[in-house]
Amino acid sequence: MALLQITEPGKSATPHHHNLAAGIDLGTTNSLVATVRSGLAETLPDIEGHHLLPSIVHYAKDTPPLVGTAAKLLAQTDPLNTIVSVKRLMGRGLSDVKTTGTRLPYDFIENEGQGMPMIRTVVGERSPVQISADILKTLKQRAEESLGGDLVGVVITVPAYFDDAQRQATKDAATLAGLKVLRLLNEPTAAAVAYGLDQEAKGIHAIYDLGGGTFDISILRLQRGVFEVMATAGNSALGGDDFDRLIAQWIMQKAGIADDAEHRHIRELLDIAQCAKETLSTQDTAPLNIQLTDGINWQGELTSEQFNTLIDPLIQKTIAPCRRALRDAGLTIDDINEVVMVGGSTRMPRVRQKIGDFFKRTPHVNIDPDEVVAIGAAIQADILAGNKPDNEMLLLDVNPLSLGIETMGGVVEKIIPRNTTIPVARAQDFTTFKDGQIAMAIHVVQGERELVLDCRSLARFELRGIPPMVAGAARIRVTYQVDADGLLSVSAKEETSGIQSEIIVKPSYGLQDNEIERMLKDSLEHAKEDSFARNLREQQVEADRVINALRAAITADGQHLLKHQEFLDINSKLNELLSIKEGKNAKVIKKAIEQLDEVTQDFAARRMDHSIRHAMTGRSVDEFTEN
Amino acid sequence: MSLSANYFDIFVLPVSFDIEQNLLGERYRDLQRTVHPDKYANASEKERLLAMQKATQINEAYQILKNPQTRARYLLKLQGIETNDNATITDSEFLMRQMELREELAELKQIDPLNAFLSRLEKQIEDLTDTLSQQFSQKNYQQAYDTVRQFQFFIRLHEEVLSLEEELI
Repeated sequence: MALLQITEPGKSATPHHHNLAAGIDLGTTNSLVATVRSGLAETLPDIEGHHLLPSIVHYAKDTPPLVGTAAKLLAQTDPLNTIVSVKRLMGRGLSDVKTTGTRLPYDFIENEGQGMPMIRTVVGERSPVQISADILKTLKQRAEESLGGDLVGVVITVPAYFDDAQRQATKDAATLAGLKVLRLLNEPTAAAVAYGLDQEAKGIHAIYDLGGGTFDISILRLQRGVFEVMATAGNSALGGDDFDRLIAQWIMQKAGIADDAEHRHIRELLDIAQCAKETLSTQDTAPLNIQLTDGINWQGELTSEQFNTLIDPLIQKTIAPCRRALRDAGLTIDDINEVVMVGGSTRMPRVRQKIGDFFKRTPHVNIDPDEVVAIGAAIQADILAGNKPDNEMLLLDVNPLSLGIETMGGVVEKIIPRNTTIPVARAQDFTTFKDGQIAMAIHVVQGERELVLDCRSLARFELRGIPPMVAGAARIRVTYQVDADGLLSVSAKEETSGIQSEIIVKPSYGLQDNEIERMLKDSLEHAKEDSFARNLREQQVEADRVINALRAAITADGQHLLKHQEFLDINSKLNELLSIKEGKNAKVIKKAIEQLDEVTQDFAARRMDHSIRHAMTGRSVDEFTEN
Repeated sequence: MSLSANYFDIFVLPVSFDIEQNLLGERYRDLQRTVHPDKYANASEKERLLAMQKATQINEAYQILKNPQTRARYLLKLQGIETNDNATITDSEFLMRQMELREELAELKQIDPLNAFLSRLEKQIEDLTDTLSQQFSQKNYQQAYDTVRQFQFFIRLHEEVLSLEEELI
């Protein structure tokens, strides 16, 4: 029997071992991947040296999808098969999409009830999750080629104001792309990490993040490596795209182009609008030259004065969330030490000016608004992958929207209010309405409004098997748990009877777990990748991870937290896994990992309690504050 | 120390209404540095679950102690006195005052007077906090119970004003 190896205390079990990890900014307009190399966080370019990957996917028969600049070139000529700004569709229903402005130039498939809209393309129906997964695959490949190995995990950023459905959809896309998500990180928080560490910033910071399709405002307290989000607010359907659409509409009006123009004309006009917007960031006028294939010819110009008048209402729409975030944080404008501008849309001088006016200070604009989010995500990914065991950084984030449950009369009872620090769990007791009631319908909603109709429906499920009792006698405890990714799970349990009736639900918007599995299988078949080999490799990597973590734990705490017999039991399971992992059977390896997990459970709990005690050691109830 | 202990023990603080906010915050962050799920991103599934549960408990304890109203309710609970959200108040003078405040609020349609109203409300909440501090230090739990219920009325009114403000801006 092989003996368990124990390294010298204080020395790493695997010297110079660096887990490859990356931060991904999956943006509406552009996406980026970044990593920490030799202690430095940097974004990774493609072969041609471009760091930004346009978030555009083009589908054609019998070829793999094109992603990025190559796809962008086809957006005008083949608009129905070229998907732009797919992030705006993530976790949203067709009715949401229809209300976000002028119709989007795609061939949507009307689906009944809930769920994300599917888009009809030449390669079949595509869901927003699949399209996002194609973008993520490109970034994964870029990172793995550049770093020369498989990524152990990634941190993917999402708008802070993304609701549960939008977060879940993003995580599903990552799974589909074959990525292990270490954490979903809120974009303004990621920006604060990159900015805060770089500038050694302290105090209260407002991060104003206006991207291609989303707007967030987060207020954070920065102190000694702690990034504490005090409040966040925003609009997950407001961004640079909307500014483009306004300009395009203005052009259509001036040039006499009908509102029901062809798909490709709309795409062309949106491109021209985007160009004009970018020109106006540095010039006073933008020339406009419209020549559409159906004979419409129009020349004109857009002055920055006209532009500002057009966009002021949109900028104004970002002010109300700023006020609300301040209110929720219990602060006034005077409490803010710095305002940091993030996101490509903050390049517009008018946005900087208006936000500066509101916060009564000149905002910080000297960081690259495109790259900062990916850099922050890379820094956290590096830490979460275990490359910096002594790092003291701590991110404390919040849930952006209140989570509630439907009660009598379609009224929402809030269970977790917005801007509560996560992870968080809250429970509420309910009872039966009728004598002998044996089931209870539970409707989970998210939003700030009082009526269910005005909130987002996240999940509906039923708790069955309640023993028949008189009305009001049963006690059904419904518990909402939001994890550190901001994802919700809901459980319901009847508590008086002792008869187990419990259900746990993870809301998923339109996509079920088995659908993800099916799509994963499909995509693997398409890529002609051997799923057997892939599965085996994954389990082996997981086994190594578990073994390394356990060895480190035993080195640190084995001596004082394990009894001799426990140590022997763990040792035997560990050795078992060590020999099994070299085999070819993924299932057997998985089983051995689970067994090792089982036998180390008490040890893990003891270690955690020990570390809690340790953190409070030397503290006494009459200690005076240092400040 | 286990997390089933009372919330003050978690932060090694004396059981008291008067609380050193700086100390509470500092110890909260020290504890989260230890148990936050980010510290266990690479651990086994069971450990990650455990970390999430501990971090959840510490967040809950911190929220309860940070806020004067929930702290007061928690202190009463430790004394075996349950405070209910829907408890009624029989003090007719207090009820009259509440009604007047609500009538006044119904008339407010502009942001500036609304803000003035909000400031007055916040001053009253502050006064109630001082009253609670005295009552708890004198172990006068029955009176503290009445104050907590009044507090709840003010908190609810405060929330209503804030949502009204949101509509106006």
